Amino acid sequence: MSGESSDSQPGEDPIDTRPATDGGSASDAGSGSDATPAADQPGPEERDHPEGRRNLEGIRIDPVVEAEHESRRAVISALVEDEPGVLARVSGLVSRRQFNIESLTVGPTTVDGHSRITMVVEETDPGIDQIEKQMAKLKPVISVGEVAGDAVTSELVLLKVQADDPAAVHAVSEMYDGRTVDAGPETITVELTGDNASIDNAIGAFERFGIVEIARTGPTALARGDTPTAPGEKPGTAGEPTTHDD
Amino acid sequence: MSDTAAQPRDEDAEEPEDPPDADESVAAETDDPGADDGPVAGPVSTGAESVVAALEAAGAETAFGVQGGAIMPVYDALYDSSIRHVTMAHEQGASHAADAYGVVAGEPGLCLATSGPGATNLVTGIADADMDSDAMLALTGQVPTEFVGNDAFQETDTVGVTRPITKHNYFAHGADTVGDTVGEAFELSRAGRPGPTLVDLPKDVTQAETDETPEPATPPAGTDPDPNADSDAVEEAARAIEEAERPVCLFGGGVIKADASDAARTFARTYGIPVTTTMPGIGSFPEDDDLCLSWAGMHGTGYANMAITHTDCLIAVGTRFDDRLTGGIDTFAPEAEVVHVDIDPAEISKNVYADYPLIGDAGRVLDQLTAAVREAPDAEAWRERCDEWKETYPLTYATPEDEPLKPQFVVEAFDEATDDDTIVTTGVGQHQMWASQFWTYTEPRTWVSSHGLGTMGYGVPAAVGARVAADTMGEEDRDVVCFDGDGSFLMTMQELSVAVREDLDVTIAVLNNEYIGMVRQWQDAFYEGRHMASDYTWMPEFDKLAEAFGALGLRVDDYDEVAPAVEEALDYDGPAVIDFHVDPEENVLPMVPSGGANGKFAAVEDQL
Repeated sequence: MSGESSDSQPGEDPIDTRPATDGGSASDAGSGSDATPAADQPGPEERDHPEGRRNLEGIRIDPVVEAEHESRRAVISALVEDEPGVLARVSGLVSRRQFNIESLTVGPTTVDGHSRITMVVEETDPGIDQIEKQMAKLKPVISVGEVAGDAVTSELVLLKVQADDPAAVHAVSEMYDGRTVDAGPETITVELTGDNASIDNAIGAFERFGIVEIARTGPTALARGDTPTAPGEKPGTAGEPTTHDD
Repeated sequence: MSDTAAQPRDEDAEEPEDPPDADESVAAETDDPGADDGPVAGPVSTGAESVVAALEAAGAETAFGVQGGAIMPVYDALYDSSIRHVTMAHEQGASHAADAYGVVAGEPGLCLATSGPGATNLVTGIADADMDSDAMLALTGQVPTEFVGNDAFQETDTVGVTRPITKHNYFAHGADTVGDTVGEAFELSRAGRPGPTLVDLPKDVTQAETDETPEPATPPAGTDPDPNADSDAVEEAARAIEEAERPVCLFGGGVIKADASDAARTFARTYGIPVTTTMPGIGSFPEDDDLCLSWAGMHGTGYANMAITHTDCLIAVGTRFDDRLTGGIDTFAPEAEVVHVDIDPAEISKNVYADYPLIGDAGRVLDQLTAAVREAPDAEAWRERCDEWKETYPLTYATPEDEPLKPQFVVEAFDEATDDDTIVTTGVGQHQMWASQFWTYTEPRTWVSSHGLGTMGYGVPAAVGARVAADTMGEEDRDVVCFDGDGSFLMTMQELSVAVREDLDVTIAVLNNEYIGMVRQWQDAFYEGRHMASDYTWMPEFDKLAEAFGALGLRVDDYDEVAPAVEEALDYDGPAVIDFHVDPEENVLPMVPSGGANGKFAAVEDQL
């Protein structure tokens, strides 16, 4: 018994007439321990090495498995049928398949019964690919895809700060194109919109007043120009209802 | 199957016509003899009647289930239905029986349960069907809509519980639409990649009055994909296959689900390509064919695993590359370019990178490949090498006189005593492996097992479902043999009562080794032989238990008793149980350690 380590080698049993197995050329191609050393099998060096596909041992270099995949931030947009449980289906999928999700927003479109879900994930390229494919399998998902890098993204934040110095709060708010939505003797609430970085900067600037409470929506996004935001999206399925067939 | 569920038509009802732009290929794929004049549901008066009418119109012939408060209206509507209802002892049995029925019949299985515990008892079988991509529709009763969310008696959030283990599930919202919802769920379960669906039926919805006859059902938009793969991609894959020197086919369960066994046989034989299968793919290619290397994976044949380890072109069809198949991904088919055929794009490059992804129906794409490959790969030397591996690593076992009866001998005895069309069901564990290793499968839909989920207790209810399916198809002469373990049998043996009540001709062979044997094997290999909770010497006497149920019960301890007992049980017209007391210490071999390299399997016990 050799323990459960995955590299446990079958022992060389002197009584057994069958040779130990070889594990493929990964370890010993061309060596005598191969079960049936076929003379016509070239050694690792003589083998065909299609460029970029095999290593020196003749082992296929799996471009997905072998490559070092860095996680990156990606915005996934999906057009979905607005039916009960659709958000649970999407978020359940994300958690079950262990995708790293940063934010998820959902809101109606101008077409009755259609909503848009915008999700920010931190994943490798294969992970992002799997998220898209798995989401596409959900019945209420009409179309889904990663939003192109130059897309318009924006999020909204409500910031409640101490009202000790209302003038200063107002000044900072103006600096970040904010809007005061509530002002009381104790607290001031400011509404800000912008991309992720500018919101982060604004929050940093407000910190000196003492942030009491904060609510962020997470980014929502649309592709630029006439590119559909979620690939495969049909005209009129999310925008102005130009068709009435649904 | 004959369309016995078609209802007499309302003279005034309009004939549903094929839409003028109907995709010919998709229409052909449904292969429904009634497609031209689709069955129309008869008039209804309640939601429950609409549910049953939709099922009949969809072609459902059999349901497995257990009664209960919230599902009573549906059962009441079944009273007047052409659908045969088989009452099971436990809802888990209903879901496994429906699953196995679907596997054998090639139609979605149907199971019913009430709300709360009824629904949660179905869960194991639904999860099992989900992992094995089996088409199945589960209908669950639910408390009346106004009580939903109030923790009412026998209330469970069934839609919430089953969301991750169904292809899609539905909550029925009204009596007028409930029939359409059920019809859609039935069709969705078999559209594209099959899987289980569920409709939760609040009692007020099924009780409410309606005169809305369900529309002829179709799967939801976008769920029935194009069966043909991109032709350019097929050409590229064909070139890779032509140039291969060591090609191997790997046929998965998808080949069987797509009824693509003929296409698979044609492809492999036309081009002389050796064939391995996955466990769910057993039967897709005849194991007595010279090209067949049987199934690969953790306990697969040495020659299948060697072929996959050394192939330079792996043609994988309808498989999701489960870890029990691949072992360590980095050592799986390390030299191969991979052609991966699958109907589900999400399976492409999920576990194993596909150099040539072909997305489509297994049968269609295999036909495309057969047509596109211009000349057979030059693989004579490779075939000889595969044959040498067959001789070097045969599936064998020893029968020393001083050791108890070997379980493998029992499997072989049954295989010899039965015809090729015999259906084998199993539980999960060592007996399952022996049943798959030492039986020579030649036909699709004859191997019925729990693969992905690995559900102990699947065997007996699956035998019930398989027997009912065979009988429904008019194939009463086929034998149904269930191989079970002592631990597995104890989990669901109450379904034996159903086999007795329905007079189902099934033979259950319990390979009783007084252990939960696969665990014992791992404890010996990886836990220094510490047999924690794996000792099953406390089993009842199964032959006497069988007699108590009203079945034939036999007990076998020695080799010379095997053949007579097998013959008696097979000849017996009704359910029979043979309690084979076999060698408790026998191990399943060969074995690839979990996560290990397929080419480094333990061929004998001392290598474990």
